[in-house]
Amino acid sequence: MKKILALVLAVVMATFCLASCGDNKDSKKDSSDKKMKVGFICLHDENSTYDKNFITAANEACKELGVEAVIKTNIPESNECYDAAADLADSGCSIVFADSFGHEDFIIKAAKEYKNVQFCHATGTKAHTEGVANYHNAFASIYEGRYLAGVAAGLKIQEMIDAGKITKDAAKIGYVGAFTYAEVISGYTSFYLGAKSIVDTATMEVQFTGSWYDEAKEKEAAQKLINDKCVLISQHADSMGAPTACENAGVPDVSYNGSTVDACPNTFIVSSRIDWAPYYKYIINCVKDDKDIDTDWTGTIATGSVVLTDVNEKAAAKDTQAKIDEVKADLEAGKIHVFDTANFTVDGKKLESYKADVDTDAKYEKDTEVIKDGYFHESEYRSAPYFDLRIDGIKLLNEKF
Amino acid sequence: MAKENAKEPLFHIAKRPAIIWYKAWIIRIASVVVALLVSAIVTVLLTGENPLNVYGTMIEGAVGTSRRIWSLSQDIAILLCISLAVTPAFKMRFWNIGAEGQVLIGGLATTACMILIGDKVPSALLIVIMIVASIVAGAVWGIIPAVFKAFWNTNETLFTLMMNYIAIQLVSYFSYEWSVPKGSGQIGIINSDTEAGWLPVIGDKPYLLNIIIVLIITLIMFIYLKYSKHGYEISVVGESENTAKYIGINVKKVIIRTMIVSGAVCGIAGLLLVGGTDHTITRDTAGGRGFTAIMVSWLAKFNPIYMILTSFLIVFLQKGAIEISTKFSLNDSFSEIITGIIIFFIIGSEFFINYQIKKRESVKEVSE
Repeated sequence: MKKILALVLAVVMATFCLASCGDNKDSKKDSSDKKMKVGFICLHDENSTYDKNFITAANEACKELGVEAVIKTNIPESNECYDAAADLADSGCSIVFADSFGHEDFIIKAAKEYKNVQFCHATGTKAHTEGVANYHNAFASIYEGRYLAGVAAGLKIQEMIDAGKITKDAAKIGYVGAFTYAEVISGYTSFYLGAKSIVDTATMEVQFTGSWYDEAKEKEAAQKLINDKCVLISQHADSMGAPTACENAGVPDVSYNGSTVDACPNTFIVSSRIDWAPYYKYIINCVKDDKDIDTDWTGTIATGSVVLTDVNEKAAAKDTQAKIDEVKADLEAGKIHVFDTANFTVDGKKLESYKADVDTDAKYEKDTEVIKDGYFHESEYRSAPYFDLRIDGIKLLNEKF
Repeated sequence: MAKENAKEPLFHIAKRPAIIWYKAWIIRIASVVVALLVSAIVTVLLTGENPLNVYGTMIEGAVGTSRRIWSLSQDIAILLCISLAVTPAFKMRFWNIGAEGQVLIGGLATTACMILIGDKVPSALLIVIMIVASIVAGAVWGIIPAVFKAFWNTNETLFTLMMNYIAIQLVSYFSYEWSVPKGSGQIGIINSDTEAGWLPVIGDKPYLLNIIIVLIITLIMFIYLKYSKHGYEISVVGESENTAKYIGINVKKVIIRTMIVSGAVCGIAGLLLVGGTDHTITRDTAGGRGFTAIMVSWLAKFNPIYMILTSFLIVFLQKGAIEISTKFSLNDSFSEIITGIIIFFIIGSEFFINYQIKKRESVKEVSE
């Protein structure tokens, strides 16, 4: 008897499913006069500093421009991302934005299907080669922000040297990175070059975690670097792991994605981050004015996309803010370039020419000359970073994870 | 004065005699109603939202559009497939909590075929190879703990759990090895230009094939467990190994054979996920379903047909929960609280079906 009931219920469910599949297609075509909607797809929720940065900016931009934000959190990098994107398009969003690198292919899949909806993706690399008109990539010249953060780190190390706490040769920086690829390499190299512009004997060690968000691993990596006599730590991974390890050990820390001063009042110096609000405002206005969105959009210091948090006077060296402002002005004026080939060597040699893998393909083909006018042109041929040189002075402790 | 009554507690619990089926269902339905009431109270206390709106949003989120219904059915299919896979092992009292790893390794085998020989063999042959590879990989992941259990009586719970981590790390390793762009740890959609190794799409319904395959597996599993000699042996071994030995069942053989079945079906789930829908693999491809499947299987009392219902229930709650967190800007954790409450009550209802609470016989005399 029980079985019969179960069967009946199962059949009812199934028919109910199938029945509703048939009829309510395309019933949502009346959205033209309603408030504009923008959909956001986030890999995690606001517990991750990375996603929090996107969510805060999304709410800010949408509020300012009077559009409705629909935010889907905890969307993995699988077909679920396509489902989420298509669902947002179904529900009348004019723009769908996704924040994680691995979302890209699934967003492209949705973009091909919904030609009238604009799909924008942060950190992705394929928009300029994919040829899908309503699919766009965006990033920011965060290497400039990291360079400035590096300057703050350099000042702190110089202060330690001046105070006789460490010798000039012991100026070793530790860096916790997620994966060994261009986005991270570009980040730690620019940070290192910023520090080196102040302390020319600075060296760096990088420990990779093989994950964007793994608090335990990041903490462990930072601890390993501290044990290795690194005098200052920075990171490119999204949890509080590294800053916490630094606070516990009393080692100065330059964090990422936002201030960690509340949790680490004694060791937090400064943090760079990308402010996504300018990009959001740009794409919303493009859609409102019926203009095309750039295939690749790179935010800069000038657009307000690359920002630094307040300097924590308690941990930072004296006059850090003033020096940051000075270097920032030089960067903006084009007086200095982060990846100036005069400032770094690869295998002991200065680089005159380098082809980078700008067009993503499975064979990692190097396709574009990126050194011109004496510097490496980062984020110019596409928005996502492609600086993947292993420069002298930086030692990678582990390659893969 | 009835002194002997003093020792008897006010309430006590007693095993119920077998309960009539409709009464069991009344208890189950009542438990859902109570769960919804408790959830409503929690919702109001924590968020101040109108609980009816919240429930409405849940339904809307799960079955609001045809796309959502398809997506719901797809998720039910995959969860059901994994639940079916763990069931024969559970019936045998072999606690296979390694479905997550068995699915992933099946998916990884599929991925390997798609990447390594995707452009070398014709698509039809490639798909055949993928099917074989995923089933073999899943079966191997199942057979290893089974052999250790059968011959050396190792703890299968720990063993299968550890096999999950090995599978997850293998997937991590290969996601790095095959990543595009280099070093990013992301494989991305495989063969997106040639679609080599993509399972065929029936009509223009991308999830239909998965759903049909899983329905067929459900039916086969039902017959296998209920009417086949193997199925009978599984239940005897589950009830009592000694009885099984006494009546001449080769217990070792049954354990190993059943885990091959269990792992192989998990491998198929991996194939459907990688070859059928995602066309890529990440550490999260199984997405915890290997563990959720345990609950689906138990809730359905290891009956494959009931599992359609229990997996529907769980996926429905999950889908609804996602919509709640989107619409009311609540954190995902809130919807998980609601899901947790509802499942807690449903599991709890089984207690009241099997046991009854008896109140102490009232004492007639009034104490002086």
